[in-house]
Amino acid sequence: MTEKRIIKTIKVDPDKCIGCRACELACSAFHAKPRYSSANPARSRIRVVFDELNDIYFPIRSVAYTPAECAGRHAYVLQGKEYPECAFCGNICPSRDYFYEPDSKLPLKCDMCESTPELEEPVCVAVCRVDALTYEVREEEVAAGEEGPDELEIGLEALADEYGLDKVLDAVARIAGKE
Amino acid sequence: MRYAETGFRLEVDLTRGSIEKVPTDPSWTEMFLGGQGTAAKILWDRVGPEVQAFDPENLLIFTAGLLVGTPVPGANRTVVNTISPQTGLYAHSIFGAFFGPELKHAGYDQIVFRGKAPDLVYLWIHNDKVELRDATHLRGKGAQETARLIREELGVPEAQVAAIGLAGENRVYMATIEHSSASASRGVGAVMGDKRLKAIAVRGTQDLQLAKPEKIFQLSLDMFKAISENPFTGDIMAHEDDEEFHVDNFAWGNARKRIKGFWNKEREERWKKISESVRLRWTGCYNCPKDCHQAIKVPGHETYFQKCYSKLTYAMAAYKEIDFNYQILAKTQAYGLDGFSTPQVLAFAVELYEAGILTDEDLPGFPEDNGDRFFYLLEKIVRREGVGDALANGVYHAARQIGRGAEEYDHNTMKKFEQVPLKLKMINFPYFLMYATGEKMNITQIEGSYPQVPIADKKEREEFVKRWEAAPERFKKWYLEWEPRTHPPLEAAVHICDWNETMHYIDDAIGMCAFLSSFRGQFGGQPPYHIYNLPKFIAAAAGIELTPQELWNVARRNRNLIRAINVRRGLRRKDERPPEDHWQIRDPEKEQKVLSDYYTFKGWTQDGIPTIGTLEKLGLADVAEDLVRRGILSEDDREPVFQDISA
Ligand code: SF4
Ligand code: SF4
Ligand code: SF4
Repeated sequence: MTEKRIIKTIKVDPDKCIGCRACELACSAFHAKPRYSSANPARSRIRVVFDELNDIYFPIRSVAYTPAECAGRHAYVLQGKEYPECAFCGNICPSRDYFYEPDSKLPLKCDMCESTPELEEPVCVAVCRVDALTYEVREEEVAAGEEGPDELEIGLEALADEYGLDKVLDAVARIAGKE
Repeated sequence: MRYAETGFRLEVDLTRGSIEKVPTDPSWTEMFLGGQGTAAKILWDRVGPEVQAFDPENLLIFTAGLLVGTPVPGANRTVVNTISPQTGLYAHSIFGAFFGPELKHAGYDQIVFRGKAPDLVYLWIHNDKVELRDATHLRGKGAQETARLIREELGVPEAQVAAIGLAGENRVYMATIEHSSASASRGVGAVMGDKRLKAIAVRGTQDLQLAKPEKIFQLSLDMFKAISENPFTGDIMAHEDDEEFHVDNFAWGNARKRIKGFWNKEREERWKKISESVRLRWTGCYNCPKDCHQAIKVPGHETYFQKCYSKLTYAMAAYKEIDFNYQILAKTQAYGLDGFSTPQVLAFAVELYEAGILTDEDLPGFPEDNGDRFFYLLEKIVRREGVGDALANGVYHAARQIGRGAEEYDHNTMKKFEQVPLKLKMINFPYFLMYATGEKMNITQIEGSYPQVPIADKKEREEFVKRWEAAPERFKKWYLEWEPRTHPPLEAAVHICDWNETMHYIDDAIGMCAFLSSFRGQFGGQPPYHIYNLPKFIAAAAGIELTPQELWNVARRNRNLIRAINVRRGLRRKDERPPEDHWQIRDPEKEQKVLSDYYTFKGWTQDGIPTIGTLEKLGLADVAEDLVRRGILSEDDREPVFQDISA
């Protein structure tokens, strides 16, 4: 069985990045509740990995939550430039501080700026005036399958990892009782 | 509820090693807006005229401007203020990149340092956790290297660091505070070194409250786009390979002579290739679509950033080519030295040597080649070795310490500070006023709204004026009537100086980049920010409603407060003298007339002191009382009072 699916891609050209962090700012503001109520790069789902002395300006988006870091970290040397550990990885991973709500420590996953009405392009792309980020949409035939987990599921999973599933279930039951 | 600002500042006593988080007075924000305005208020209240730059009682103040950390594009400036060891007056510098926004998100608008640490320390701010840490292992490290090492030892790659290099540690007056692609100069680096503060590292993850979040966001998105599409914004000249403007117009050596015809196509091609071979990329500042800085990698040196006209200042001072400039910048950026004043000090020393005032005894083994000489002198200065100890105090003081006629060669300082090496033909009255009366020491921090030259064609001039939204009405008339190679009326000169400086005073309070505002109108007349649209940004972000007129008056208040600080430290009319040879053809009578007119217009006495009436009208009655108590003003000095002119 196959079905049509929209594939959305944000293409990253790090050589064009000027390090302005407008993408971080825009993403955090768009996802603030209520929308635009705050602008704080620490809450962004896109982060520019900086290493100025090595000329590294590398925007990455958060892709998936993982409770534990990989068995081994990644380090790449490309054209003589050594990138910081895990610079290319979009995982929300305990090995680093990126992509966690600073207060609650809940993971922040890129949702491609899903909203109704739909945006023409994600806000991080829209503010990137130098085309370090560009947006492409295409349709593809893919094997029918399940959608990935949504934000609520990822959040619950992270809470379960931190506090244990039982405690989370207890808490949910208590909240349900209150309402 | 506080908007756009956090409402807190850090008070750090380096002598005692104590740190306090202090809530700030919201009425100050309404009066001074923030940035250098608030810093001036603190300096006025707490640093009396008896306090010298290197006394522990001197304060070193870092302030993120009012709009810094909000979504307003280009509002990313941190202002640094203190008392300068070089001028003995108020020192002002401002730097961009990422430090200010990070400080705001950490929960502070300002850091005030007092005292002196027993040995090198750095301040680490991580939201509510603030501590002084040992920095003795960073002694002598380059500014950029220091930032890297601090991030590594903290394990926080996102920390933003502002640091001094060896020059600051040794209290060299030209020392800077370096941060990412930006730096602060004009005395502040020396004071930081005197306080034995090697660096400040900050990481902040907290939200900042905005008065009308959705509105400010929309305004900011539109502005972001407008800036990126506006060809007259950012550091336009930095991107040009045609350097004719600088190499033909600025003076070479110790601000001595212009070399007409130096520039040609062949040289342009060669220089362009050299620049491309060392440039890693262009970079910008926090939340700005422009890319004004070059990341430069010279083999064998740490990566550094080049900005503004420092691309040529060392080469021109040494009569060298651009490759020399990139080489020496690799050293000076690591040492943390200002690219405007340092080359002048070096060229001054070379001249003294050539004149036989400095000898081989002072400079043993002094090389033949001018470039090698610069490298030689640099090492002496940053270590304060031998004659380097005098040179480290800048041209004015060095000349007097060296003596033997060296004073004759100090021809380009004003208020004891090195001025831009411009030697021009005909007196220019607006510029005369800006140089003479500026409190910020460097003309680039004063000029910028009114065009430097008129468009020759009358029709085009009319077109220009039609598009000129940034200008108050009175300037349109003067500009329309301005024919090439003529003087504007003296009245216009007074207003031009007033407008130019006012816009800087606004930018330096709200933390706006001058390349998007106060410095940018002079070429093209289309600065993205101006007196008429800034109020709506301030209102939506900070919740402070001001008319353009009221905003103008905040700038006026800050201007007068800073003038009062300097007056209390002895500044008077006699000091307001641009270098004698700045223009070949002078007009002393008219110069003094326009200076008098300017003082009157400002509501100052004929000695350049704000009158009681002026200070009271600006809500600075306490300042007036202090000046009277000290005998600087008499009870009768109530007039003139400045006139309210429409913004
Ligand atoms: S696509 Fe949207 S959610 Fe994803 S990083 Fe960009 S702005 Fe953030
Ligand atoms: S908006 Fe574009 S240029 Fe700016 S930091 Fe993000 S990716 Fe880089
Ligand atoms: S215009 Fe240039 S210097 Fe100013 S904020 Fe933008 S990038 Fe920085």
